[in-house]
Amino acid sequence: MKPWTVSTHDGNTVLSLTGRLDAKSAALLLPEGLRVIEKARTPNLVLDLEAVDYIDTAGAAFLCLLENETGKKGIQNFSMVHLKSGFSTLVDMAKDIRQADFSAQRPEPLSFVENQGKSLLDALAETKEFITYTGEITLALFQSLLRPKKIRWADTFLVAERAGVDALPIVALISFIVGLVMAFQAAIPMRMFGAELYVANLIGIAMVRELGPLMTAIILAGRSASAFAAEIGTMRINEEIDALTVMGIDPVKFLIVPRIIAATFITPLLTLFSNLVGILGGAVVITSMGYPFISYYDQIASFVSWGDLTGGLVKCFVFGILIAAAGCIRGYQTESGPSAVGISTTRAVVTGIVLIAVFDGIFSIVYYSLGI
Amino acid sequence: MKETVIQIENLFAGYGLVPILENIHFDVFKSEIFIIIGGSGCGKSTLLKNMIGLLPPISGQVLIQGEDLCLAVGDDRNRILQKIGVAFQSGALFGSMTVLENILLPLKEFTRLPDTVMEDIAWMKLKLVGLEKSGFLMPAELSGGMKKRAALARAMALDPSIIFLDEPSAGLDPVTSAGMDNLVKDLASSLGITFVIVTHELASIDAIADRIIMLEKSAKGIIAQGTPEQMKTNTENPYVYNFFNRKIEKGEK
Repeated sequence: MKPWTVSTHDGNTVLSLTGRLDAKSAALLLPEGLRVIEKARTPNLVLDLEAVDYIDTAGAAFLCLLENETGKKGIQNFSMVHLKSGFSTLVDMAKDIRQADFSAQRPEPLSFVENQGKSLLDALAETKEFITYTGEITLALFQSLLRPKKIRWADTFLVAERAGVDALPIVALISFIVGLVMAFQAAIPMRMFGAELYVANLIGIAMVRELGPLMTAIILAGRSASAFAAEIGTMRINEEIDALTVMGIDPVKFLIVPRIIAATFITPLLTLFSNLVGILGGAVVITSMGYPFISYYDQIASFVSWGDLTGGLVKCFVFGILIAAAGCIRGYQTESGPSAVGISTTRAVVTGIVLIAVFDGIFSIVYYSLGI
Repeated sequence: MKETVIQIENLFAGYGLVPILENIHFDVFKSEIFIIIGGSGCGKSTLLKNMIGLLPPISGQVLIQGEDLCLAVGDDRNRILQKIGVAFQSGALFGSMTVLENILLPLKEFTRLPDTVMEDIAWMKLKLVGLEKSGFLMPAELSGGMKKRAALARAMALDPSIIFLDEPSAGLDPVTSAGMDNLVKDLASSLGITFVIVTHELASIDAIADRIIMLEKSAKGIIAQGTPEQMKTNTENPYVYNFFNRKIEKGEK
């Protein structure tokens, strides 16, 4: 049975509805209702609701939409009859809502100029904040180093374990593959000159001076800077940082110093490990070409100097500080809101990688001019 | 005979295989305000999670208007879920959307009405909870009480016949909390919505409850049930008596 009937009498078009008026039936009835309004030949339209036994907000909104449409289509009189008293409040409310203009409440979107100005001011404020935190962290680091007993060593070791020991598998995998692929790619052209063994020199110098530190630093930025930012950001949102502050505990010393110390010491260690595994990756290629492992080893040992190794390690000592500081500062800057932690995590990784790239360049120039 | 909308039968509920609640039995009737109460850790939230289908029972059944939510899949499950609305303790509003969009989300997902009608419906819900001036605000801009009311509005979006509220007055000031109570009472009487409420607030229980069940940790189940009056005069179980009386006496000082 159709849930509606249309009839005409006494110059009135009567649309009678039956059953439940909820979201589902309203969606079904709406096209029919609009068609009746469209085709109505009489100046009066009557909506008979006698057989309607349930109306919810969706039903009420539907009735008011019909009323609204009749106004537009030039029907002079629209009336609802036999509406059960229990539903009249809802229908009245829907009418109020339909007439109310809520769009005035909608906040004005910012103009282009305002937007640009806002982003500039935001960027300036953020840069200032970044510099302030850098200063605060540097100060806290020095103060802590002067009084090493005050440093939270338990936390420091825990962070060192999570950021360092737990990162060994991924560092090993990436370094091994980099060493292996690089050796393989280099061996092919060098074979034409019978110089395959010199691949060892290439791998040795590249891993120790450049790729070991860089790979480790980038892995740490992706793995630990993001973790630091998320941890500290969540603490910021949960008001844990405020709690520390009102307890008189400096959150920078409590949270950031242990992380920076841990990251600073584990980065060179991880780099050493990465160098070793990368060189082993190269060894796989060289030995598979028929050279004994010992000649690969001798070649590297005679070519790569202690200076190269130290240079690489000094570099990643700095990378460690940068990564940890980027993660912590971005976490510390977390604002409120659902995506805030996500934003600071992303920015921690980006800042970390940018800083690594910039400082790697600076180190190259410095080493070059110092002749290291 | 009152119409039963929720039936809990032989329910064993908990996490893993160890039940926190054992052999739970009760019915909720249409248009009543049904309160679940109990001390911390007694399994109130677990029971609620079972009732709204977030946690499958270890054994036993939860029937929503005669249908088992846990056995239903796909469209059937969605159909049953549309009969219930849940307002979580913290509001659980989606922070990236305005309050209005939060309410429009289930409407857009599950109805085929034109946008203007959906917006009218959403504004009606906001008006029902007294937030018609806050539709374009982001959830982060709302106060705690407003968040709870917005959550209630979203729970009502699809005109469900049953609404579950988790601690609706926790963390609210007495005036706001009383306002929330009145709102629930009005909605139950005017729209005929059944409310299942988990709460601690004795004042609010006194004001709105039709029936109460009380859970207890060591009993792993219901230790008392009845109207607020029956609970207050329950002398069989001293724990229930103390829970209802001592605290109320304190509150009245």
